Amino acid sequence: MMVWIVSFFVLAGAFFGLVAALGVFRMPDLFIRMHAATKAGAFGAALMLLAFAIHFGGLRSWIFSLVIIVFFYLTTPVAAQAIARAAYRRGVAFWEKMGVDRLKESGEIPERSHSKED
Amino acid sequence: MPFADMPFPLGISLILASIFYVVALVLALVRVVRGPTAFDRIVALDLIAALCLGVIVLFAIHFDQPVFVDAALIIALVGFLGTVAFSRFLERDGGGQ
Repeated sequence: MMVWIVSFFVLAGAFFGLVAALGVFRMPDLFIRMHAATKAGAFGAALMLLAFAIHFGGLRSWIFSLVIIVFFYLTTPVAAQAIARAAYRRGVAFWEKMGVDRLKESGEIPERSHSKED
Repeated sequence: MPFADMPFPLGISLILASIFYVVALVLALVRVVRGPTAFDRIVALDLIAALCLGVIVLFAIHFDQPVFVDAALIIALVGFLGTVAFSRFLERDGGGQ
């Protein structure tokens, strides 16, 4: 019974990693690609770590796996936000079918190509 | 043959997961080589770090060595620093797209 659960989590984690890589490969735009890479990639890694904890059992394995999941989910959005902010400020092109830029409409970022502070 | 002494569904699913990870790493590597801007390459490298974490955990299950997950902990802790450093550098002075 436990072997089936571990097998399911291993397959699901690898499948979500494959979905993330497929999104990075196929999506039309940097920001949409980053959506696939950060969310699906982190979810696949979390499923693999759950499979690890269920397979080995014991307190040490569970603590390690949960700590890694927590840190990964804390650090992945930080990296994604840094990339998105830098790419938006450097003027990376959007997908041509997107057609709307709410951040520019809101007027909170005055210019898109050069940053004045820092 | 390490797959042979695994219980029934686990050996098959470990082989399938290895194939999934190989295909995923190749697709991300194609995006690293081909990406139009430097930011695409950074996103793909970040994804490769996450995939490497999964591969290390897969090896820990496969070779029955729970100490391998220490390397996964290190990747989860410091893997994002390179991404943040690259994006801060490119945000400030371009660095060539």
